[in-house]
Amino acid sequence: MSVRRLAPKEVQPASFAFTAENLAWAQKQIAQYPDGRQASAVIAILWRAQEQMGGWVSEAAIRHVADMLAMPYIRALEVATFYTMFQLQPVGKKAHVQVCGTTPCMLRGAGDLIEVCKSRIHHDAFHLSADNDFSWEEVECLGACVNAPMVMIWKDTYEDLTADSLGKVLDGFAAGTPPKPGPQHGRQFAAPAGGPTTLKDINALQKPADTPTTHGGGGAALQDADAKRAGESASRRDSPAPQAPAADATQADAPSGDPTPKKTNDTAGAKPGKRKTSPGGAGKGPKK
Amino acid sequence: MLDDKDRIFRNLYGLDDWGLDGARRRGAWDGTKAIIEKGRDWIISEMKASGLRGRGGAGFPTGLKWSFMPKDNADGRPSYLVVNADESEPGTCKDREIMRHDPHLLVEGCLIAGCAMGAHVGYIYVRGEFIREREHLQAAIDQAYEAKLIGKDNIHGWPYDLYVAHGAGAYICGEETALLESLEGKKGQPRLKPPFPANVGLYGCPTTVNNVESIAVAPDILRRGASWFAGIGRANNVGTKLYGISGHVNTPCVVEDAMSIPFRELIEKHGGGIRGGWDNLLAIIPGGASCPLIPEADCQDLIMDFDGTKAVKSSFGTAGVIVMDKSTDVVAAIARISYFFKHESCGQCTPCREGTGWMWRVLSRMVEGRAQKREIDMLLEVTKQVEGHTICALGDAAAWPIQGLIRAFRPEIERRIDDFSRKAVVGDQGILDPVHMIAAE
Repeated sequence: MSVRRLAPKEVQPASFAFTAENLAWAQKQIAQYPDGRQASAVIAILWRAQEQMGGWVSEAAIRHVADMLAMPYIRALEVATFYTMFQLQPVGKKAHVQVCGTTPCMLRGAGDLIEVCKSRIHHDAFHLSADNDFSWEEVECLGACVNAPMVMIWKDTYEDLTADSLGKVLDGFAAGTPPKPGPQHGRQFAAPAGGPTTLKDINALQKPADTPTTHGGGGAALQDADAKRAGESASRRDSPAPQAPAADATQADAPSGDPTPKKTNDTAGAKPGKRKTSPGGAGKGPKK
Repeated sequence: MLDDKDRIFRNLYGLDDWGLDGARRRGAWDGTKAIIEKGRDWIISEMKASGLRGRGGAGFPTGLKWSFMPKDNADGRPSYLVVNADESEPGTCKDREIMRHDPHLLVEGCLIAGCAMGAHVGYIYVRGEFIREREHLQAAIDQAYEAKLIGKDNIHGWPYDLYVAHGAGAYICGEETALLESLEGKKGQPRLKPPFPANVGLYGCPTTVNNVESIAVAPDILRRGASWFAGIGRANNVGTKLYGISGHVNTPCVVEDAMSIPFRELIEKHGGGIRGGWDNLLAIIPGGASCPLIPEADCQDLIMDFDGTKAVKSSFGTAGVIVMDKSTDVVAAIARISYFFKHESCGQCTPCREGTGWMWRVLSRMVEGRAQKREIDMLLEVTKQVEGHTICALGDAAAWPIQGLIRAFRPEIERRIDDFSRKAVVGDQGILDPVHMIAAE
């Protein structure tokens, strides 16, 4: 457990109100849950409040959310203090750096990253840098252990870092041009550095193998590269509208494959069908 | 090594389109209607026959878990499926790859699992830090809605609504009842069991909580047949599994391979070998931070599955392997895990709330050797007093790594104590130094 208290009165804004857009979004969140269970949306809505406030929640925001959800203030306050992603005091304007310091990252040099933060931002966590642009904290596992060490800034993770590359990431945020999220030394997400050891054939079947770092077009509604900036997040929908729903619906009953496949896709489309008719395992004995 | 055609997650590395078109091309949403039409009893018996054990760590048979749900909802309470995507254990990062690169497998699995347990509503509880993953998942759900694959009036004939909820940085919400509390908008503090969630779960209604990977593999198992899945790996430990390899290996990665793969093969084929060569291995933590570490001697012939890790007094967990080479300060590594559990204790039960902090403080003194040798036994004793005396398993999870450390590395701890006391000078107050005590707090 950690003791977490609200920021002192001097820094607390007097009031909080959602923008119209965020209010509509909040109503949609509430509608996900059965009648009378609107409190279920408290984390999502508080999170949206934090985004709107530029990275932290004030007491007024907590009270506002409690009122919205007909919760006693103390229940909303409990949630805000229990869940450690809610920042209870102002954070850096340009970046709040969350350094993962847990064992897998520590083994690969998270200590160096913390030193960078200490020297570049502030000696102590949760303190603003001199220009109020940066702050940092050490967090518990962020769930990117195979890409250790890593940091999270706003919504994105910057992985496979060294002290130097973290410096570059911070330079990018300072200059207002954040670098591309993900692994910082060029590997493909969680694949082994130097290229995958598995799934080589299937990739060859599905698309040209010489374009490994881009997503296929098709239904991809959101690219990892589409990073949102700090203040921007609150006013953009989390889930961009997917494409071509009508075509998908009609395809659902089609036997197999894509109606207009590229030559390479044709074999890929046929593959699952083939697998289905002759269940691969039927003749396959226990491994080794 | 598993053949590529036997892999379920064929877009694990995000090389292909993760949207609906790409997922269809890889075989998702194929024949879903036929599976649903065979009915819940067929699905459950097939899942039981497949031998799938839950992928969230405990390894409870998934088909059996689904069968606990009430057959009719005669008392008017709806059933819920809740998917546990609160993947927060250090070393574990497999569900992340599913959610961001193959979310449709999860969405399809939710529909099928919902049908199997009579649930018309499902919630996927994603950990708060997985923001991009959540966006991908939500986009996939939106695509599925618009293609009428799920929803109240969908082409599969099983009305089903699926929602994404999220946490905000509490590891404890990965415990199923804490997750339900959190989903109800409260602090994530675990509930006493019984009643089990299958009787009284979300909003007091029958609920089943499953791991992301357990749900996401279900459609492929049902499509290809239980015997296919049961034919991979060894008895009681069957199927394919996502392994995460982190720490001191040359190429850390997430990879899907067969259950019961020898540890050495896993590391050398996919992890690029131990940094500095195989002989440089010191110890591993086989399945996320809560599993006791396995010293190098036991790693030589280790089989990566539930029984193989149990045989060396550890557990398989989520198969997120943390590798430590000989340069590792192993006491500090475990002390950091200890700090993690101290930080993540929900504070509900005294043995855990007080014990995790106490254990961390003692262990962090032992890192530098600032301790007495008798304290090693005292620490072991305290871990035994925490273990099994709390509502949920977080107390156990905090105790096990320390027990594993003492079991395997007691001589190392003693050596540090000897070193420290040899260097100590007259007037050194040692462990009673108030400044140090305050610093340790």
